[in-house]
Amino acid sequence: MWLYELLLAPFVEYGFMRRALAGSFALAAAAGPLGVFLVLRRMSLMGDAMAHAILPGVAVGFLTAGLSLGAMAIGGMITGLVVALLAGLVARVTPLREDASFAAFYLVSLGLGVLLVSLRGSNMDLIHVLFGTVLGLDDASLILVTSTSSIALLALAIIYRPLVLECLDPVFLRSEGRIGSWVHMVFLVLLVMTLVAGFQVLGTLMVVGIMMLPATAARFWVHSASSQMTLAALLGMVTSYMGLLASYHYNVPASPAIILAAGAVYFLSICVGPHGGLVHTAWQARARRQRLSHLSE
Amino acid sequence: MMGYRSVSVTVASFWQHHVKRTIVAISALALTSSVAWATSDKPLQVVASFSILGDMVQQVGGEAVQVSAIVGAEGDAHSFEPRPSDTKALASAELVVMNGLEFEAWMPRLAQSAGYTGPQVIVSQGITPIAYQDQAHGSDHHGDHHDDHDHDHDHHGHQHGEFDPHAWQSLSNAVVYVNNIRDALIQARPAAAEQFHANAEAYLAQLRDLDQQLQAAFAALPAERRKVITSHDAFAYLGAEYNIEFIPLLGVSNLAEPSAQEIAGLIDRARTEGISAIFVENVVSPRLVEQVARETGAALGGVLYSDALAKSPHDADTYLGLIKWNTTKLLQALAP
Repeated sequence: MWLYELLLAPFVEYGFMRRALAGSFALAAAAGPLGVFLVLRRMSLMGDAMAHAILPGVAVGFLTAGLSLGAMAIGGMITGLVVALLAGLVARVTPLREDASFAAFYLVSLGLGVLLVSLRGSNMDLIHVLFGTVLGLDDASLILVTSTSSIALLALAIIYRPLVLECLDPVFLRSEGRIGSWVHMVFLVLLVMTLVAGFQVLGTLMVVGIMMLPATAARFWVHSASSQMTLAALLGMVTSYMGLLASYHYNVPASPAIILAAGAVYFLSICVGPHGGLVHTAWQARARRQRLSHLSE
Repeated sequence: MMGYRSVSVTVASFWQHHVKRTIVAISALALTSSVAWATSDKPLQVVASFSILGDMVQQVGGEAVQVSAIVGAEGDAHSFEPRPSDTKALASAELVVMNGLEFEAWMPRLAQSAGYTGPQVIVSQGITPIAYQDQAHGSDHHGDHHDDHDHDHDHHGHQHGEFDPHAWQSLSNAVVYVNNIRDALIQARPAAAEQFHANAEAYLAQLRDLDQQLQAAFAALPAERRKVITSHDAFAYLGAEYNIEFIPLLGVSNLAEPSAQEIAGLIDRARTEGISAIFVENVVSPRLVEQVARETGAALGGVLYSDALAKSPHDADTYLGLIKWNTTKLLQALAP
C-alpha cells in the first residue's frame, strides 16, 4: 500500500502530474535517440547553443502574435534552422570547425533576440514567459510535443542507415555522392524541431538535459548505435518519472529534479558501466597485469 | 498621461533649462514676487522607479512636472535591465521617486552610474509594512521562504527584503504615497506649491471616494467566498484592506519554479477549502495558473495588474484605473 502511495498515487490523484509524465515521456522518446547522434557527431553542446539561438524567432513570434504557441514555435523553428544551416555551411566551406561556427552564430542570434525583446520596451522576463514548465502543460502543449516527437522518430527511422554511416565515416559517404549533406540537413531539421517544441513546452533545461544525459549514459552500457538509442530513450523516461516523484515527495522544483535524476544515472554509468566504466576498466587493467605477470613467470 | 515615458532632454536643453531657471530666479528676486514662476518655465523633471508611481506623480504634479518611469507599463520590476535612456533620464532628473521596502534594489547602482545626486524620495514612508512572516499560509509559507532564498542567488538584480513591498495595492497606503509625493514636489519646486496642493487634494478625494465604495462592496461578500489564488505574492495589502485571502502560487519571486508538491498542496486546498477564483497577473506567465484552474475547476478570473500599469489605452493604464480594474474583477469572481 505504501508502495502505491509512493510510486503511483501522485499520478492517479493529480492531472498535472499525468500531463507532466506524458509530456516528458514523449520528449524522451525522440530526444534520447537524437542525443545519441549528437554524441556520435561530437556536437553535444549544440542543444545548449540552440536554446539561445532560437530566441530572436520566438521573440518576433511573441511580439507579433502575443503569447501564441504556434507563432512562437514557428519563429523559433525558423531562426533555429537558419542558425543550424548557416553554421553547418560555414563549417563545410571554411576551415572553421563546426562547434566554433555554432558558437559564433548562436551568440549573434542571442544578441539579436535580446535586442528585439527590449525594443518593445517591455522588460518582462521573456525566458520565463516564452519557455514552458513541465508542471504547466495544457492540451496544446501536449499535442505539440507528442506530434513533434512522433514525426522526429519516424523520420529518424527512415534516414537511420545513411545517418549512422555519415556519423561513423563521413568521408566515405561523401565520396559516394552528395547524400551526406542531405542527411545532415534532415537531421538538423529534426533536431531543431524537437528542441523548439521541447523549449516551448518544458523549458530549456529540461529538454537539453533529457536529450544529452541519457545519451551519454547509454554509451557506457551498450555498444551499437541502435541499442544506445533505445536505451537513451528508456533512461530518459525512467529519470523523468523519478524526477517527478522526487519533486512531489521532497518538495523540490520539477525540472531540476528530473535533470539531477538523469545526472545520477550518468554518474552511475561512468562508474559501473560495462563499456568503459571506471570499475570495469580498472578490473580489466588488473586482469591484464595478472596475465602479464603469469607470462613472465 | 501626456509625455509619459518619453523624456528626451538633450544635454543642450538641460543647460538651457538651468540657465533659464537661474534667470527666472534672479528676476523673481528682483521683482520679489513668486508669481514670476510662469508657464514659460520648464516643468520639473521627475523620474519614478516604475509605472504606478509615475502615474501618481503625474496626477499630483499635473502640468508642472514631466514624469518618466524607469520600468514602464507591463514591465516587471523584478527582473529589470537598465538601458542608456534610463541613465539619461536619471542624469537630467531633478527628483527621483521610488517605492522603497527594497522593491527597487537596482536603483542605488543606477543612480550612481548616472551621476544623480539630487533628492530621492521613498514614498512608502509612513505606511505600516506587512512583514512576509505575517502572511504565512501554513505549508505554503515554507515554499515562499525557499523561493526567497533561491532568488537571492539569482542575478536578476531584484531582491525582496523582510517586508512585502507591494504596498500600493491598498488605497489607504496610496493616500500616504500621494502625501509624500506632494511634499517632495513642493520641496523641489516651491513656486508651484499651490498647484500641487490643489491637485493632491482632488486626487486624494478620488482615492478616498473609491476606497469607501470598495469597502462597502467587499463587506457584502459572504465569509466563504473570500479566497483567491494568484500567480505571485503581490496582493497582501489589498487582501488586508478588504479581508480577502490571496494565496500565491509562485511565492515572492516570479522566477523560482514551484515544486510538484506545492502545486499539489494548492490543488488540495482549492478542493477542500473552496477557492472561488484563480487570477493571472500581467507580468507573470499564465501557464501554471491555468493548469491549477483546469485541475480544480475554479473559475479563471482574468488578469490582475500587480506591479505595472497596462499599456494605454486600457482601463488599467492609470493607478486609479488599475485598482478599479483589479477590484472589479475580484468582485465579479467572488460574488455569490
